[in-house]
Amino acid sequence: MEKTVNQKAWFLVLPVLILVGFSAVIPLMTVVNYSVQDTFGNNQFFWAGLEWFDELLHSERLHNALGRQITFSLIILAIEVPLGIFIALNMPKKGFWASLVLVLMSLPLLIPYNVVGTIWQIFGRVDIGLLGYTLGKLGISYNYSQDAVHAWLTVIVMDVWHWTSLVALLSYAGLQSIPDAFYQAAKIDQASRWKVFRYIELPKMQGVLMIAILLRFMDSFMIYTEPFVVTGGGPGNATTFLSIDLVKMALGQFDLGPAAAFSLMYFLVILLISWVFFTVMTNLDKRDGV
Amino acid sequence: MAWMAWTFPTALFFIVIGCLLVIFTILAVKYPETPRTGVLRIETTRGDRLFITLLGSAFINLAWLGLTGASQWGALVVCLFYATAVFRWV
Repeated sequence: MEKTVNQKAWFLVLPVLILVGFSAVIPLMTVVNYSVQDTFGNNQFFWAGLEWFDELLHSERLHNALGRQITFSLIILAIEVPLGIFIALNMPKKGFWASLVLVLMSLPLLIPYNVVGTIWQIFGRVDIGLLGYTLGKLGISYNYSQDAVHAWLTVIVMDVWHWTSLVALLSYAGLQSIPDAFYQAAKIDQASRWKVFRYIELPKMQGVLMIAILLRFMDSFMIYTEPFVVTGGGPGNATTFLSIDLVKMALGQFDLGPAAAFSLMYFLVILLISWVFFTVMTNLDKRDGV
Repeated sequence: MAWMAWTFPTALFFIVIGCLLVIFTILAVKYPETPRTGVLRIETTRGDRLFITLLGSAFINLAWLGLTGASQWGALVVCLFYATAVFRWV
């Protein structure tokens, strides 16, 4: 007997569609609409065509912000992923200590972004901050509000402190799912510690690591609050990442046209990277037969 | 809708994309398909190929604008070739 097809259930999705339409699709359409126009306020718009896109594609300001953004994302990935794996490998597997470590590791993830920024903003201050003051007393010159390298170091260390736990916890979950039989087989074959990691643990963690890298890349590529609270994009423009620059353009200067064009290009890059990661991940799952 | 400052070109842009989505939905209902593996070694359906086409076309247009400075219609021609290639081989 042929099964009857009832498509009425689709109507149940309708409220979500309307919600997404009003909260995401229509605002995005408005951004596209603004990107080809200019305004001087008073809700009066003038046609500008592709002028803003042309200007931004040749803008040194945007190129520099993009360069800083990519550098930042690559640096934090290069630190957080290996460090997270290393921590996960050394975390206790069961018992009281395992629970304690899990709770401790989750703590930074629970702190709101602006609070993380404030913590580090104060922690690094030369006059009252524990880190800044101690470094000063040790004779090491450190001032994140005046030195670009120090500002970068602070922002990177802050991100590593905030997010390495995520990579570690995901890797830990991946490691926990490896059956003991794999390790026993490796022992029989007298595999070295490195080989156990390379041929058992790493392949088994592949899926969760892809998710960790995707999450960390996207999050760091869109980072705003933490560096904004700590350095405000300075000194100069040293830590002005894409979203900080975008907010400056849209709200600081109220250049809605260029800011909309900027947003669209930013969105396209993120959409492309997300699609690549998503495709790679789903294909990995298919290959593994998950 | 005047307060949203809609212009004809942006409206046309979304109407075209909306029509494409409707056409592909109708195609998917009328002629169900199985995913196939193309040159990218990933499984794609018609909808996936439309997404790859639209996303790629956006980048082609930006590259054309940033690198050549010639009329933007040239980019559209490149996009059409790109779309044909995607639907044929991806």
